[in-house]
Amino acid sequence: MTDTSMAPPETGLRTFDYGSDEAQARVKRRYKAEARFRLYGLLAVLFAGAFVFVLLADIVRKGMPAFFEHRVVLTLDLDASLIDPTGRREIDVLRNADYNKIVMDAWRANFPEVTQRAERRRLEALVSSGAADDLRTAILRDPALIGQKVRFPVLLSDDADLHFKGLSTRISSVPGAGALDVKVNGRQVELTGSGQPFAAILADVKSGLAQEAERVGAELARLPASQQGGNNAALDAKRAELTQRVADLRRRAGDAASAEAIDFSAMPSRIVRAEGASIRLQEIGPGSAKGFLLVAPQRELSRLDSWMVATFATPESNRKASDADISWLETLKARGLIEKAFATRFFTSGDSREPEQAGIRGALIGSALTLLVTLIVCLPLGVGAAVYLEEFAPKNRFTDILEVNINNLAAVPSIVFGLLGLAMFLNFFGLPRSAPLVGGLVLALLVLPTIIIASRAALKAVPPSIKEAALGVGASHQQAIFHHVLPLAMPGIMTGTIIGMAHALGETAPLLMIGMVAFIVDIPQAITDPGTVLPVQIYLWSDLPEVAFQAKTAGAIMVLLGFLFVMNGAAILLRRRFERRW
Amino acid sequence: MSFASPMIQEPASVPEPAVAAKVAARHVNVHYGEKHALKDVSVDIPARAVTSFIGPSGCGKSTFLRCINRMNDTIPICRVTGEITIDGKDIYDPRLDVVLLRARVGMVFQKPNPFPKSIYENVAYGPRLHGMAKNKTELDEIVVNSLKRASLFEEVKDRLNDPGTGLSGGQQQRLCIARAIAVSPEVILMDEPCSALDPIATAKIEELIDELRSNFTIVIVTHSMQQAARVSQRTAFFHLGSLVEEGSTEQIFTNPKDKRTQDYITGRFG
Repeated sequence: MTDTSMAPPETGLRTFDYGSDEAQARVKRRYKAEARFRLYGLLAVLFAGAFVFVLLADIVRKGMPAFFEHRVVLTLDLDASLIDPTGRREIDVLRNADYNKIVMDAWRANFPEVTQRAERRRLEALVSSGAADDLRTAILRDPALIGQKVRFPVLLSDDADLHFKGLSTRISSVPGAGALDVKVNGRQVELTGSGQPFAAILADVKSGLAQEAERVGAELARLPASQQGGNNAALDAKRAELTQRVADLRRRAGDAASAEAIDFSAMPSRIVRAEGASIRLQEIGPGSAKGFLLVAPQRELSRLDSWMVATFATPESNRKASDADISWLETLKARGLIEKAFATRFFTSGDSREPEQAGIRGALIGSALTLLVTLIVCLPLGVGAAVYLEEFAPKNRFTDILEVNINNLAAVPSIVFGLLGLAMFLNFFGLPRSAPLVGGLVLALLVLPTIIIASRAALKAVPPSIKEAALGVGASHQQAIFHHVLPLAMPGIMTGTIIGMAHALGETAPLLMIGMVAFIVDIPQAITDPGTVLPVQIYLWSDLPEVAFQAKTAGAIMVLLGFLFVMNGAAILLRRRFERRW
Repeated sequence: MSFASPMIQEPASVPEPAVAAKVAARHVNVHYGEKHALKDVSVDIPARAVTSFIGPSGCGKSTFLRCINRMNDTIPICRVTGEITIDGKDIYDPRLDVVLLRARVGMVFQKPNPFPKSIYENVAYGPRLHGMAKNKTELDEIVVNSLKRASLFEEVKDRLNDPGTGLSGGQQQRLCIARAIAVSPEVILMDEPCSALDPIATAKIEELIDELRSNFTIVIVTHSMQQAARVSQRTAFFHLGSLVEEGSTEQIFTNPKDKRTQDYITGRFG
């Protein structure tokens, strides 16, 4: 006892010193590894979050303009003899009156100097062809307007709208230097001033020429060298031409005093504005300039004491709105006739070839009808199948194969379901093409596996003790399931169904196969009417060349994302609210 | 409520089970797939008495209990042979309706499993299912009497519409007993009804079991030998799927005939 009391009893186990340096280093390494792992996780989340943010920000930035439209407020003379010559207010007469003439007369009255045919057509093109329809609708709603003069907002065309959304050209305005003498000859104008009122503008033009010379010089330097003994005629000619152009441009740029004619296909346009008039400069010298009167002045012009020069940065031929278009629109804006308003039209009208008239109503209704068909078909089928497979079906080889195939169906590419729908619903059953009925059936096929799997999981999650309790008081198997198990599984089933529906709402490919990709103006009234759905509408618009459709595309994406957020949010809410922990 | 049973006998003094057998089992074998879970069990369960099944885990006592109301039918791989009769009628007769059998043979489970509904609905579910009440008044009466019978009414009378899952564990178990007796069964099977409860709740349930035996035939599976000794008049000891010994509780605990029984009740194995 005395000699063993100091030594620990022999256990056969190895002792370990947790205070040793090696052990401490091991602990340190463990801490570092954990911190590193947490950092990786954080980085991954930030990375994903940044992507989502960029995506959403880009869509919102591009899509916001779609929710606003610009209109010009005109005083329309609703002449009874034009609209309703008989005075009996018959609906057919009112419907067929020439509203376009009323709108166009009022529109042209703003610019009486526009008489030439081509110019007049340009002017008229700034008003949307839908403006007359708006007026018709307003008059049919309230025939008492006939015979009055009313202020009416007239929808502008997409190009005019884009100009006010800042998508035509950058405009910079500077005050002119010194007084000008004006000589008007028809639409041609000559501006002269003591001193050198246009010197600054001319210098600006010359610096543009110098830049152009540099650009052409760089192009010249990139030309390949002539080959010894080869056929270099074309190359030599090109080189000679470019050399000549560079020399010419350098000479013009260097000579500060020579007048310059503006090349509207390559140079920014310059517009002199004064007294309500807009004069496009065609030839600029340091002391005088020649121009064209785009917008007539409010009074006779002879001398201008103060004037502005507006520069349209993009050359005219590189944009859809011409100098005249922009001058007209800016003049109206200066007169306070242009208003910006929320585009309810985007939600109330169907598709259109004219971007300013196109809306998502048709696609929204189409989506709603399609989803309705999908829900009606796949909720009872899916839940029924799940209840049968989970609670009633005998467990044998057949049900095993069935289960594997249901899980496989969930992974089948959606386009295959589209082809199946095409072959079965359209070709075999002869259902109407492009109809929400067929779209809904195809999407039901697509969503069915999702709902069955979600429902089975929800049923499985209900503890067997509940079923046993019901059986124990003398409920039959079916009563136990329908009275207790199914109601308890319902929140899970609903969550799965909503997620399935959100999936169906965003589905595009199978609907292309059954013809829901057609251009359809009318809003579908029934599930057998031709229609389209939101994602397909987005796909259609994204393909169109008009710039205004880019905003419409992004706007429609915003609406679709909004619906998806709401649906998925509802699913999460449902789960939070009713989920039961056993 | 009426509890149909013609036999009136003092349960504690039942000498031999054959005299007043409510449930009689003869050569019962149960297979779970390949596994022979219950081997040739023959036992008589007297009416209006508490019979307890004891034995180590996996000895087949719960399996046998679940044969008495054919709860094993819900397990696809389970196969039962032999004969079990209640009041002389074979309960495995194909012409017998298993749903009605389960109404006559109520069950209380190991873990309290009230429906996630109100206390009232928990008790009213069975009577409503079987059309026992003609109107709301009658149903109310059944619910109140059942809750009273299960010694729960005083605690819940002000909150009958609160969810049954909000009660304490012991209250939930008494609610389950109320639910079972609401459908007027003749036999009540209890599968370790106190194993999830604290000692105070356990004492209440035991007290309740003692009260209930004047009207019902009660079979209880328990792991606690003290509990078996306290509440039951007859005890059956199971071991490895066989019924080793069966007799009056007093005899089993004081003078077991089989060595295994003696080893078990003295705690030498388990």
